[in-house]
Amino acid sequence: MAVAIRVIPCLDVDAGRVVKGVNFKGLRDAGDPVALAHRYDRAGADELTFLDVTASSGNRETTFDVVRRTAEEVFIPLTVGGGVRGVAEVDKLLRFGADKASINTAAVARPEVIDEITRHFGSQVLVLSVDARRVNPAEGAGTPSGFEVTTHGGRQGTGIDAIAWAKEAADRGVGEILLNSIDADGTKDGFDLEMIRAVRAAVNIPLIASGGAGVPEHFPPAIAAGADAVLAASMFHFGPDDMIAQVKTAIREAGYEVR
Amino acid sequence: GKPTVTVLDYGSGNVRSAVRALEAAGAEVTLSAKAEDVLNADGLLVPGVGAFATVMKELKDVDAIRLIGRRVAGGRPVLAICVGLQVLFEKGVEHGVEAEGIGEWPGTVELLPAQVVPHMGWNTVTAPKGSLLFEGVENERFYFVHSYGVQHWDFDVTQPHMAPPKVTWSEHGAPFIAAVENGPLCATQFHPEKSGEAGARLLRNWVGSLRKAGAAKGATA
Repeated sequence: MAVAIRVIPCLDVDAGRVVKGVNFKGLRDAGDPVALAHRYDRAGADELTFLDVTASSGNRETTFDVVRRTAEEVFIPLTVGGGVRGVAEVDKLLRFGADKASINTAAVARPEVIDEITRHFGSQVLVLSVDARRVNPAEGAGTPSGFEVTTHGGRQGTGIDAIAWAKEAADRGVGEILLNSIDADGTKDGFDLEMIRAVRAAVNIPLIASGGAGVPEHFPPAIAAGADAVLAASMFHFGPDDMIAQVKTAIREAGYEVR
Repeated sequence: GKPTVTVLDYGSGNVRSAVRALEAAGAEVTLSAKAEDVLNADGLLVPGVGAFATVMKELKDVDAIRLIGRRVAGGRPVLAICVGLQVLFEKGVEHGVEAEGIGEWPGTVELLPAQVVPHMGWNTVTAPKGSLLFEGVENERFYFVHSYGVQHWDFDVTQPHMAPPKVTWSEHGAPFIAAVENGPLCATQFHPEKSGEAGARLLRNWVGSLRKAGAAKGATA
């Protein structure tokens, strides 16, 4: 027996509501986050991730309240991201009931923040969220691996190589990596398997694959490519109530362990 | 009345979910590091998130090592979680640096020899027969998040007046200790407060044992 593949619904929260768009644009309302968290817990979710998608434009306190209300009643791990800049925000999130924080833009801007947070709270508390897209060297926009880190919800390129960045963050002590394909996000065409394989080969910390899941059959290939956990949003929000069970069945039938 | 539990508040991690999960398990919970609260509660819960050496320092700062020792010496229940379990062993080695633990049990906390660490997620356990903590949840998965663990148990001495320690194992790269039940002192490497229904049952099992311990205490008073 081994540790189970984790299935993680992601709740993108804006002003206290769950939203989800395609390629990070065109947000649609998907419901009350606390009610959804309850529903996913009962449906067998192994973990929950809240992403405060409008963190930079306010509504932060609303998200803290959502985290607090969820942690009061849902006893599975909660990760919260969006607008996490340093030790102070992580401390506040933990006090409100989060178990882990995810960081993206602030770590790209100042990688040392990873060392600071993990030295203070341990590696297990910090998830590095990598929003990566494919770039074409022929167009003069290449990175060595062909994958580039983006920030601000995929809107800004950085010129940083996504694979090298994942490795650096792991070396600095981050506990796991949430790898989100900006190209695949919201398309429902499946995960970017090549990107998952490239990151898996570069790091030996847990890897959460995200972006592109549309049907349960999309999940086993992501695990075969090296993901320890899989994350999705819209197919859980807008799919049938037993979608988590369907995903777990697909993973189990492919020969992997699930809870 | 309900059994009382003090959750040791020494600055480590998220204690809120531990408090809520114990309340849901039927305990009256106080979050405190005051000696009277730590000593007088029916049960003491020692949470633990972070690095071994940091947690040891924080425990020392609130005099918790002495207070835990007093409870154990008096046969009064203590449940330690995650790094809380680890510091009950003799020593921890993180990044090649050795730190002294409380030393209730012999053994060293070391990096797990697995391809992927931290060990993060829901894993199975192998509980011994007669386990109090795992009654009814022997075959469930629990939520682990740690990079270090204890891979050997060398404390099988049996004393005439005490039941032998019960050790529950899990595996990540190698077998490691998932839980110990040793008289009043219990510990889990996983997080029962984050292990959904299975963890809730485990906490109910422990809180329920406090009620019995309290009743026995009342009978002798």
